[in-house]
Amino acid sequence: MRGPGLAGIVGGVIVRDLTLAGRRPVDVMTAVIFFVIVVSLFPLAVGPESRTLATIAPGVVWVAALLASMLSLGRLFNADYADGTLEQMLLAPQPLSLIVLGKVAAHWLVAGAPLVLISPLLGLQFGLPAEGLAMLALALLLGTPALSLVGALGAALTIGVRGGGALVSLLVLPLCVPVLIFGAGAVEAAVSGMDAGAHLSLLGAFLVMALCFGPWVTAAALRIALD
Amino acid sequence: MAVNWFKYSSPASFYPLAGRLIPWFAAAAAVFTVIGLWIGFFVAPTDYQQGEAYRIIYIHVPAAWMSMFVYLVMAAYAALGIVFNTRLSGYMARALAPTGAMFTFVALWTGALWGRPMWGAWWVWDARLTSELILLFLYLGFIALHSAIDDPRRAARASGLLAIVGAVNVPIIYFSVQWWNTLHQGASISLTQAPSMAKTMLAGMLVMAVAAWCYTVAVALARVRCEILERERHADWIGDALARESRS
Repeated sequence: MRGPGLAGIVGGVIVRDLTLAGRRPVDVMTAVIFFVIVVSLFPLAVGPESRTLATIAPGVVWVAALLASMLSLGRLFNADYADGTLEQMLLAPQPLSLIVLGKVAAHWLVAGAPLVLISPLLGLQFGLPAEGLAMLALALLLGTPALSLVGALGAALTIGVRGGGALVSLLVLPLCVPVLIFGAGAVEAAVSGMDAGAHLSLLGAFLVMALCFGPWVTAAALRIALD
Repeated sequence: MAVNWFKYSSPASFYPLAGRLIPWFAAAAAVFTVIGLWIGFFVAPTDYQQGEAYRIIYIHVPAAWMSMFVYLVMAAYAALGIVFNTRLSGYMARALAPTGAMFTFVALWTGALWGRPMWGAWWVWDARLTSELILLFLYLGFIALHSAIDDPRRAARASGLLAIVGAVNVPIIYFSVQWWNTLHQGASISLTQAPSMAKTMLAGMLVMAVAAWCYTVAVALARVRCEILERERHADWIGDALARESRS
């Protein structure tokens, strides 16, 4: 009997992970609520002066998105490692990089896409103008998949290792800094009326590179972790 | 005559070789440092624009060069270890990491000390400084990951993979002054053109760079010897090697 083909395995992994996430919605909501709370802490700490808030809004929302992505990475591989499914994935005849791609896609749908959808509301909370809100959502749409792809590498390297989320963050955040710089830069450019094309191009380039190499390197990391 | 290229990839033959090389490289490092600092502080002329404060270049630039070079060497050893499945390559990568991190920190620190009188700011978030800071975080991440994993083979391979992925940062640091408008000055030394600085200044910088390189080799070899003793402590050759060294 022939198993699923390449498209079948990616689709199958996505459906499986979405189903599992649907059975534990609290895990999903935790990262999103963390995002909202972190963004809301800044006006309380910095003060309610609207000009300051509008200036720091892109950076604050982006950093919170970064941290929320890091927080949700633990769910990517650890549960499957604990019950042995990950080992079966390594033994599958289909390429491991495609299985990783499916898992990262499901992870983004559950942890990254909600951030993109809520971000305009949070930008509004900070007093960002309409162009800024649109650009914020667009930049996050380009950036959060890249964060998930790079974060998957960190998650794969630290399966079952003590140190937890802080260690993954230490490993992954330096690699994610370009996304942060160009993502926040794109919103700032849009707000000050300048063309954000350069920032969006570089964000897109980072996403394409991460899509190309990320699943392959993450598969190598999984084989290192599980050998 | 067949050459055994892999003779020194065995810890048993590399350990005594490293022990013999360390004193030479340490002495060379000391000599070149003295010569380089003498050239830098007494022979090189005063800079037309910056006065005497520019002399920190003799520490800042070699440290920055070494921080990038050591990272590439570390990533190369990590790649060798993963591809050829050798233990010693992983030990060398781990031995180089703290020295590379130190040079990165020195480059950042001396850069800040130089930036204060020159630019009026201890720190600016331009491309080169930011990517050098990211390099420091990559070194620290490598060291942290290696220490966090208990199984030494898995630790070496996982941190090696991280080092290889992070190697993409080094060209970004190097070309950042070409690709972006940065406050940091552009390259004064290139492979294809005559350098745009006085010959004595260039000589001082190169001598200090050689000194930093000799220092790195000596320190990395010393560290790798400790790593070999720790990891290979159950091997038979350890007792003989230590006995031979305590006799000589």
